Amino acid sequence: MSADEPGRQTRKRHERGSKSAVDGDEQRLVAAAELGDGTQPPPAVPATGESLHPELREQQSVMQRIVTGNALVSVLAVVLALIAGGILIALTNEEVARTSSYFFARPQDMLGAAWTAASEAYIALFQGSVFNSDGSTFARMIYPLTQTLTVATPLICAALGVALAFRAGLFNIGAQGQIIIGATLAAWVGFSWHLPVGLHLLLVILAGIVGGALWGGLVGLLKAKTGAHEVIVSIMLNYVAINLVLYLLTIPAFQRPGSTNPISPQLDETAMYPPLFGDTFRLHWGFIVAILATFFAWWLLNRSTIGFELRAVGSNPHAARTAGISVTKGYVIVMVLAGALAGLAGTAQVAGTEQVLTAGVAASFGFDAITVALLGRSTPWGTFAAGVLFGAFRAGGVTMQTNTGTAIDIVLVVQSLIVLFIAAPPLVRTIFRLPEPGQLTAKPRKTASTGGAA
Amino acid sequence: MSTATATEPQQSSAPTDIVRNWKTPVILAVLSVLALLVFAIGAPDNSVTFRLSAPNDALVLPDIVLSAVVTGWVTAVLMLAAAIWSFRLVRSGRKVPGWLVAVFAILFIVGFLTWVVGSARTPNVALYGLLAGSFTLAVPLIFGSLSGVLCERSGVVNIAIEGQLLFGAFSAAVAGSLSGNAFVGLAAAAIGGVMVSAVLAVFSIKYIVNQVIVGVVLNVLVSGLTGFLFSTVLSSDPARWNSPPRLPIISIPVLSDIPVIGPILFEQSVVGYLMYIALAIIYVGLFHTKWGLRTRAVGEHPKAADTLGVKVNRMRFMNVLLAGVVAGFGGAFFTLVLVSSFGRDMTAGQGYIALAALIFGRWNPLGAFFAALLFGFATNLQYVLSALGSTVPNQFLAMLPYVVTIFAVAGLVGRARPPAASGVPYIKG
Repeated sequence: MSADEPGRQTRKRHERGSKSAVDGDEQRLVAAAELGDGTQPPPAVPATGESLHPELREQQSVMQRIVTGNALVSVLAVVLALIAGGILIALTNEEVARTSSYFFARPQDMLGAAWTAASEAYIALFQGSVFNSDGSTFARMIYPLTQTLTVATPLICAALGVALAFRAGLFNIGAQGQIIIGATLAAWVGFSWHLPVGLHLLLVILAGIVGGALWGGLVGLLKAKTGAHEVIVSIMLNYVAINLVLYLLTIPAFQRPGSTNPISPQLDETAMYPPLFGDTFRLHWGFIVAILATFFAWWLLNRSTIGFELRAVGSNPHAARTAGISVTKGYVIVMVLAGALAGLAGTAQVAGTEQVLTAGVAASFGFDAITVALLGRSTPWGTFAAGVLFGAFRAGGVTMQTNTGTAIDIVLVVQSLIVLFIAAPPLVRTIFRLPEPGQLTAKPRKTASTGGAA
Repeated sequence: MSTATATEPQQSSAPTDIVRNWKTPVILAVLSVLALLVFAIGAPDNSVTFRLSAPNDALVLPDIVLSAVVTGWVTAVLMLAAAIWSFRLVRSGRKVPGWLVAVFAILFIVGFLTWVVGSARTPNVALYGLLAGSFTLAVPLIFGSLSGVLCERSGVVNIAIEGQLLFGAFSAAVAGSLSGNAFVGLAAAAIGGVMVSAVLAVFSIKYIVNQVIVGVVLNVLVSGLTGFLFSTVLSSDPARWNSPPRLPIISIPVLSDIPVIGPILFEQSVVGYLMYIALAIIYVGLFHTKWGLRTRAVGEHPKAADTLGVKVNRMRFMNVLLAGVVAGFGGAFFTLVLVSSFGRDMTAGQGYIALAALIFGRWNPLGAFFAALLFGFATNLQYVLSALGSTVPNQFLAMLPYVVTIFAVAGLVGRARPPAASGVPYIKG
């Protein structure tokens, strides 16, 4: 940052036009790299400023501007993703295809059909996930919202696990397996032990946590003791877990008596999360547990010594080791915690939503959790919000498919586009021709150097 | 550690720095005890037949008939001996040689095969079919890991292998059906792979988005996009959109009649031959050409490479696109060779297995090739054994490749070291 650079910047600004957007992100990365976390997942993680060095105060203001600009970018990213999804819906709609045959004679027919197809799908999505104005009672109207939160519960728990691991520099693809093992153990305690109210549920939750923690801890232990790469081990353990539960559901200890299907007996009443708002709604106390888990993760990361050490290990293992922090211990601890959180997700499934154990108990929550954690930028409350959003998409997607016949896969497209756009603010700014924040202090760089052969 | 230097200093090249690594001996011991209990003591009272060639082959080799009990005991005892020897080696401060591990692995496979086939209802297996099938199943995995090698060696983490394979498979199916020509489908698969790669490259290199994020998200995006198009367009008229012709199996005369290795090497589809060609080109290219040196430099120390005039980001961009071509061919395998229609999420996590094979093979094309073969072998073994009527529950057989991988990665491969700059964006200046 030599003294003459801002001046050159001012002269060059006009010439560079919209391409200069790239530099804003680059600037942020440079700042991040100078803070020592350039290699970390979410480059734009919490720019809270608390960790900034005094000499970087100038950049702090830049970062603040980027953060303030990001709220707008996030909204625009969602809009952009919805538009892209809408175009896809319209393109594959039969009515649109029919009217397009005479597009040049009466274009308004096709455009109208396209608008109808896309808007009907999105209205159904909204009605299925937030508020259904067609409901006869208030309870029916807000039923979709509670459905959203029900679906979000396991998603939040598992995503918190993935996020914690990200913060310690580990990529936990194993949430799927951890959910399955947690659910298996929780379900087993739930249907084969018969205990009084309260104690039973407590032990079920504990069993879920232990199951997940075991499966996650194994990854951390192998990483710490033998250096086995956590990505391989956790992928492999996913497959081991699914085959294990498939096997267990064929033996008498787990299979429902008198059934030949791979399904367990129903959990005892005492073992299940009570409904949160009465029997009308499926939403259960697991959601409160998810909120508590989010609070715990926030406290752990930001207020505890362990959390500080984990973040240190994640930012720079070598520096952490030099500072006397045990990196190997950190890996084990974070994977145990991540597994435990995923185990909670499994518990929410068997003791709340599904009430039985099947091989599909984890659905695709373990993989969705990765996207949720990434969208939440690996911060606990960000992950919580992202989990609710994705829960809404999942819950609404079902209604959309039944009401309008739009395939639920479109939800995946919209979800992934949102994450992709949010992760690349310069792209969104370029599309909407927004001014680049921090323009005044941005370094004069040649765009070509970042763009490669693009 | 100091006692070791005092007692046997002459046996170590660096007596001041003896680090005894008990990992390998411990894993070998665990496995050999397991072998003793299961393969030897639990051996079925049976003899096992391994057939080396089909009866109508040009050159018929005699079958190998082994007694399960004798084979079980011999392999278990030899494995125990190897484990004990490795303990002695480590105690005296030496490393366990690689060939010992290899011999151990072969013994384990022989012992396991004899035991598991022996306990099946028909203890008779066609070894040539088992091996050929393993190679066939490994083809998409090998393409996937080669794609990963190209990306990661130049410093871009490629989690999107799954997405590349899936989109390759989808493009091959659609283009193959529309044109009625399997080779058009093959070309479309490469283009499909490149399209996914291009998004990965633009976002991770141009917009400097975290590469893991882009990879994961791309997998979801491709899964959603192909799933959506499958349930709308492809399902509306499968005959038009989703019935690609298959690529023919080309057997090279004479060579394909060689017992055991003939069908593996010389009786493949075009995709199978392309796999061998890609493997050879990438291996030679990476380690023996200017391009390879630059690629590796960009992946290890981009700043140094830049200083010497290598255009880091251009290099990365081209390599990621090339990786898309390679992975696209792997995707074509699903819809043009294995089955002749596209199905929702039909790659079923093979991209992630390819990622594991890449790390297992230590970011080396040949290593990734053998790791992928191991997965192919284990998967095919599971099919073959359930056809033979094995007494072992099917789920455990299905688990086997993954458990073996965990053991191998934890005990035998050791600390995997990725290219130093893999996942780190390069910003000039």
